[in-house]
Amino acid sequence: MSILVNKDTKVITQGITGSTGLFHTKQAVEYGTNMVGGVTPGKGGTEVEGIPVFDTVAEAVEKTGADATVIYVPPAFAADAIMEAVDAEIPLIVCITEGIPVLDMVKVKKYMEGKKSLLIGPNCPGVITPGECKIGIMPGYIHKPGKIGIVSRSGTLTYEAVHQLSTQNIGQSTAVGIGGDPVKGMEFIDVLEKFNEDPETEAVIMIGEIGGTAEEEAAEWIKANMTKPVVGFIGGQTAPPGKRMGHAGAIISGGKGTAKEKIAKLEECGVRVAKTPAVIGDTLIEVLKEKGLYEKCLIK
Amino acid sequence: MNIHEYQGKEILKQYCVRVPEGKVAFSVDEAVEAAKSLGTGVTVVKAQIHAGGRGKAGGVKVAKNLDEVRSYAEELLGKVLVTHQTGPEGKEVKRLWIEEGCDIKKEYYVGLVVDRSTNRVVMMASEEGGTEIEEVAAKTPEKIFKEVIDPAVGLMPFQARKLAFAINIPKELVNKAVKFMMGLYQAFVSKDCSIAEINPLVVTGDGEVMALDAKLNFDSNALFRHPEVQELRDLDEEDPKEIEASKYDLSYIALDGNIGCMVNGAGLAMATMDIIKHYGGEPANFLDVGGGATTEKVTEAFKIILDDDNVKGILVNIFGGIMKCDVIANGVVEAAKQVGIDRPLVVRLEGTNVELGKKILNESGLNIVAAESMADAAEKIVSLVK
Repeated sequence: MSILVNKDTKVITQGITGSTGLFHTKQAVEYGTNMVGGVTPGKGGTEVEGIPVFDTVAEAVEKTGADATVIYVPPAFAADAIMEAVDAEIPLIVCITEGIPVLDMVKVKKYMEGKKSLLIGPNCPGVITPGECKIGIMPGYIHKPGKIGIVSRSGTLTYEAVHQLSTQNIGQSTAVGIGGDPVKGMEFIDVLEKFNEDPETEAVIMIGEIGGTAEEEAAEWIKANMTKPVVGFIGGQTAPPGKRMGHAGAIISGGKGTAKEKIAKLEECGVRVAKTPAVIGDTLIEVLKEKGLYEKCLIK
Repeated sequence: MNIHEYQGKEILKQYCVRVPEGKVAFSVDEAVEAAKSLGTGVTVVKAQIHAGGRGKAGGVKVAKNLDEVRSYAEELLGKVLVTHQTGPEGKEVKRLWIEEGCDIKKEYYVGLVVDRSTNRVVMMASEEGGTEIEEVAAKTPEKIFKEVIDPAVGLMPFQARKLAFAINIPKELVNKAVKFMMGLYQAFVSKDCSIAEINPLVVTGDGEVMALDAKLNFDSNALFRHPEVQELRDLDEEDPKEIEASKYDLSYIALDGNIGCMVNGAGLAMATMDIIKHYGGEPANFLDVGGGATTEKVTEAFKIILDDDNVKGILVNIFGGIMKCDVIANGVVEAAKQVGIDRPLVVRLEGTNVELGKKILNESGLNIVAAESMADAAEKIVSLVK
């Protein structure tokens, strides 16, 4: 088991004929993801890499039965692409695009209210269930199937954590990058909830960063609801206030959103927080051993 | 992106938000001319820098006549203002805003932000204007009122009225305050602002509701659809290295330490700064080369880092996803050829094409210290710059 995606997930790519979309679609096929189609307005009826291309998402869904879509369209058109996927009632939408105007995302969030779709991202690496389904830009080979769930606001820092686990023979159930934008789809709590319900996930790593209060809210939720151990890390402990650290969401403003506050809150709520990014894996292993879960999580 | 107060006021005016009349001046003579043409008894001479707290730092002067305008302009132009937002090095004043004085009855606060917990634009208002709103929020949060705005319909007049009554705007001026708030919201969404703060909003003796100050920040992701906003960018207010970096689409922030960092991914870049600090070092910068960097981009990144004389050593930390390690390695070698790397360099590569990347570095003949992990890399560079 896993969350969100598995070997049966049928995926389409929006923006499949663009260079990024095409490159990552090929990578996904190579990984074994069930890529069933693509969408580029005006290119309907053609094929790329043996994958049929459609003019609209609605048509792609009708013809392929897709239940997930990944969006690689440029930022100016990405909000429209998300809403098109929502309108087509695709259950899972993963938006990789970086640089979408925040007020466009405000409209997207409003549009999604009461609709059936879940959104991951934007500005994220995507979601992967190792050995089954890779949707996004993460390097597939560093992942190993297993029992640790990962949820993160950062892309490369997720790879770092995955790598630390895989090299110590600890596999992952699903890794979800929720993205670095201030207004986005699934938040930590939405993903934690799914990991909590997933019988195959034994423990979770949550990687946050400065800016906003999503980590604090997640900490409260964990304290009240989570039955599985959670290990955390917060990036940006040395970031100065008022400077946007790459991600649009990673900014300390008005004295709020500091790493210090977030770490204190997480620890108060029973989350073990890794002291440095180099020991995220070790910290998890330490907790697994204490809880008697280590043997169970080792890859046989 | 930030702009100056006067530019913000010019934008607000287009959306029927009342602001005092004023003129920008780049020289003492221009300042006096501006004051003369305003023809008001009292003139305010305001230093224009991209930072708040100018009043407390002596950057806002009230002149009673043209001689005073001249002497204040002479004093302020070229002066380095240090406020709580500029950092200890301060910012040099190169522009002045010469504004009509107004008869302030009371000061309020009105602001708009994108609130990430509701995913909506939120308008905030307070009776405690003219002071640090963060302070009000910390000490007396009950004095800040908020209205969450539905993007489908925008700010509704009833919401503006609720705020105006809540902060005790005089009854006869509530309609003017509503008009002000509606205009402010229109400006915010039309120009893709990320923050719009009016602190203070004032009511005057002659019954006006006006923005005495204006702070507008813009969403840099949306600048592509606002060429008119891009034109307001003042490069004098930005770090030259940050400007250079932005030309190559590199995300760079200058910091105070001596270890230059080059990393892919914002989260990993922040984490790399953290681990340097953990081992007792100080990062000189935040630099994210991004996911799709080319050899050219990496070369430019190196040049920017090396250009900083405070940098005593460099740490490259790459976890290749889309970014391939061989591309980074080639960039390092190319930069070394072009500019010469005269300081210790620690490289940690992991991920896509890692073996190829390591091979390129090994065969380059460059003096590179290879590191096996983030911790190893940080420890090595910290000891090398000591």
